[in-house]
Amino acid sequence: MLPEWVILLVSLCYLGTLFAIAYYADWRSDRGRSVISNPYIYTLSIAVYCTAWTFYGSVGRAAETGIGFMPIYLGPTLMAALWWFLLRKMIRIAKVYRITSIADFLASRYGKSSLIGGLVTIIAVVGIMPYISLQLKAVSTSYTVMLHYPDLAMIEEHKTSLWNDNAFSVAMLMAAFSILFGTRHIDATERHEGMVAAIAFESVVKLLAFSAAGIFITFIMFDGPADLFDWVPRYPETSRLMELEVLPGGYTNWFTLIFLSMMAIMFLPRQFQVLVVENVNEEHVRKAAWLFPLYLLAINIFVLPIAFAGMLMFPEGRVPPDIFVLALPLTEGQNILALFIYLGGLSAATGMVIVATIALSTMVCNDLVMPVLLRLLSIQQVDLSRVLLFIRRCSIVAVLLLGYLYYRFIGESYTLVTMGLVSFAAAAQFSPAILFGVFWKDASRRAAISGLLAGFLVWFYTLLLPSFARSGWLPDNFLEHGPFGIELLRPYQLFGLNMFDPITHSVFWSILVNAGLLVSISMFDRQNTMDRIQASLFVDVYRHSGDTHLWRGKAMITELKGLLARFIGPTQSERAFVNYSKSHNIDFSKNMQADAELVEFAERLLSGAIGAASARVMISSVVEGEEISPEGVMKIIDEASQILEYSHQLEEKSIELEAATKELQEANIRLKELDRLKDEFVSTVSHELRTPLTSVRAFSEILHDNADMGQQERQKYLDIMVKETERLTRLINEVLDLAKIESGRADWYMENIDLTEVLREAVAATSQLFLERSVAIIEMTPTFPVTVFADRDRIIQVVINLLSNAAKFSPPATGRVTVRLYFKEKEIRVEVADNGPGIHRDEQQKIFEKFKQITDLRNGKPKGTGLGLAICRRIIEYHNGNIWVESAPGEGSKFIFSLPD
Amino acid sequence: MSPVRRKIQRLLMLFAFGCLALNYPLLALFSKRVIWYGIPLLYLYLFVLWILFIVFIAIVTERKKLPRTSFPPIFSRKSQ
Repeated sequence: MLPEWVILLVSLCYLGTLFAIAYYADWRSDRGRSVISNPYIYTLSIAVYCTAWTFYGSVGRAAETGIGFMPIYLGPTLMAALWWFLLRKMIRIAKVYRITSIADFLASRYGKSSLIGGLVTIIAVVGIMPYISLQLKAVSTSYTVMLHYPDLAMIEEHKTSLWNDNAFSVAMLMAAFSILFGTRHIDATERHEGMVAAIAFESVVKLLAFSAAGIFITFIMFDGPADLFDWVPRYPETSRLMELEVLPGGYTNWFTLIFLSMMAIMFLPRQFQVLVVENVNEEHVRKAAWLFPLYLLAINIFVLPIAFAGMLMFPEGRVPPDIFVLALPLTEGQNILALFIYLGGLSAATGMVIVATIALSTMVCNDLVMPVLLRLLSIQQVDLSRVLLFIRRCSIVAVLLLGYLYYRFIGESYTLVTMGLVSFAAAAQFSPAILFGVFWKDASRRAAISGLLAGFLVWFYTLLLPSFARSGWLPDNFLEHGPFGIELLRPYQLFGLNMFDPITHSVFWSILVNAGLLVSISMFDRQNTMDRIQASLFVDVYRHSGDTHLWRGKAMITELKGLLARFIGPTQSERAFVNYSKSHNIDFSKNMQADAELVEFAERLLSGAIGAASARVMISSVVEGEEISPEGVMKIIDEASQILEYSHQLEEKSIELEAATKELQEANIRLKELDRLKDEFVSTVSHELRTPLTSVRAFSEILHDNADMGQQERQKYLDIMVKETERLTRLINEVLDLAKIESGRADWYMENIDLTEVLREAVAATSQLFLERSVAIIEMTPTFPVTVFADRDRIIQVVINLLSNAAKFSPPATGRVTVRLYFKEKEIRVEVADNGPGIHRDEQQKIFEKFKQITDLRNGKPKGTGLGLAICRRIIEYHNGNIWVESAPGEGSKFIFSLPD
Repeated sequence: MSPVRRKIQRLLMLFAFGCLALNYPLLALFSKRVIWYGIPLLYLYLFVLWILFIVFIAIVTERKKLPRTSFPPIFSRKSQ
């Protein structure tokens, strides 16, 4: 047994270490080198969730209900899966609007209403009472056990007398500790780096201590878990713990506990504090989402072995299971180990008490006392930072005193876990207002107030009041027969609902009325402008992110600075304004008027110190003119029209894109076609060139090989060769001509010419051809000159081409070609008609394309190069005219070209 | 589907599976007085499930680095 002074000294040294760590972290953060800005410290600070309840109570609960302790840790594990989007959104909101606490969060969300803030604060303070008393009970019990074990009678006796009761001194010590920790000065920021560093350290200590206990008990006192569990099925006392049915309330209770702990990990005021308010960087959530469940797993892995070890070592049941973790090493005489374990329990309890009281004192100060003070008293001109500190210190003492009183008068009749669950059920009341508030804009202020109030009252009636009754502070028959003997109102069987255990029963009714009222009243409520603005800012936080300016009125910079100085101190205020002027490039010595952005900046800064609702009141006192700018309101509330506008723009863009795509596709098709045509052209040209070349070569070879050939025959071959080379020359000329015209490099000599004269010349040039083939040619041209602006040689070329074609296709002897010039539809037309075989309708378009020759209907052999008509078309088109053919098989053809008059 | 939405849906699915596996009636299948590998079946089931769930959260959340979206504090105590 260790002497009392050793235990006291070690405890005080431990608390001193915590202070040193906190100071160091604060010192570092003042120099801009934060020690807590990493996901591991963040995870460890979340582990403030594991309190004395975990450290001592889990084993106690495991000894009674087997796995009944686990849902408290499985719930947070499940919830951690949702952190990545749920928690991150809450953190973003808190960072943008400088939220200081869960009460501030809800007040901000519902129209910056101080009524909501106050209500949440009251619920939090009353709800947390059992939880704080749990910690006091655990610390005082563990201290007594360390001092008097194995004298269990002394431990019992200690609880009865007030003067021997060390819980009171523990409470006051903790109050002093929290005051020193959290309220040394009013910060311009709502975050407490020193505190976070200290509780992260505590999380390490409690994990190490509990693991040390677990390893000692499991592996040194027994031969590992298999050895321990080997005993379990042999006794009915322990073997029943292998099944879940041993849990009072069975699977329903199991489910309720998972649900409650899911809500508790997010919405207990202290969890909200470390998860949301103290978060440095929202990216840390990613790692914390799996590291924190891992921590929970690690601290729970030895709970069952320790519980069974305790039951096997103390089968007589005189040692309460809640102290197994201390009693087992003490029985073995391991005093030093026991002292370390005791320190772990102390750290679990102090961590919770520090964070909870700091969070609660901020809430009491900002959301309960300040709004009243600001309304009742004209303290507008007093330095308020000292008042703020005083209020916070008082509220820390008050919260701990309340916890002590609850422990003193009620706590004795409950185990640790049952007390904690009462608090969990209270914290769950915040969940509908927050979860609906973050995702659903229509959740209204009145609905939230009604839901919170009703849920709280049901919780109070079905869980808190019965605990008074069970401790004898209310008559017993209140539980048995209901108030005034009304059976329907029995607190544990409200309206006759008797199938649930008390916790499930209370959670069911309270959440039912809470969420039910929130949703149904929101459906019928009309929100005012302020409420709708705040709702939009919260739900669409990723879209606004603090760049929307609501204030319109004018404020003097000096007044704003003065206001801030009164709340956060002159140096802090001065520094904030200097930073602002630096980052925004504004010279405050020139600008006397603050713009909307600066006013908003000041309000947020003030929110960090005194909460959103009070900050709004204070800022309106120095801003003259209208509170809210209509433009700002429109910008935020009119998100519907914004979205419409946005989608409209999108639609236009996509239509444009579609059009562009279509054009591109068409261009692509044209390009492909051109490419194909070019290939075709090249292959056709080479083919056309090869034919005459081949024949020239063939005949030259014949001449070469047959030197003794007759003169007549030789002459015949030479004639053919001359004709073929002529054809070759013509072909090459035409190809060159066409290429010239097509590429636009041809030379055009445009002048006024007489078309009748052109026709006569062309007829004269081809008369020899007509004579040879005995085809009659008839000219039907006006007797007066017809003037057109054209290239004379080119037009002659066209007419000659048409005439020679006509001559070629007209039947010899009976052939008759008519050349006509006439006026039609404001055009001058030239028509060359023959009485040849005609052209099939399908071919009429094709013949104007390159190398598309007319198949001679008589002998099926093409004549000409296939380029003549293509060149004609290019020439006529260059003159803005048209060329086409009118024909039917057997009826001759009419080639017509027109030139504009 | 955007990577953020995909991630959220995966997490929701994980959450739903976890809720199902940790409650009646699936849980009742393991509530037996049987010892497996030296450990009571119910305890073994819950702890193994717990570990698996953590591993899956880690895989989903750490899998793909999305663009950083951290929001710097508007005013911090360090002097700039």
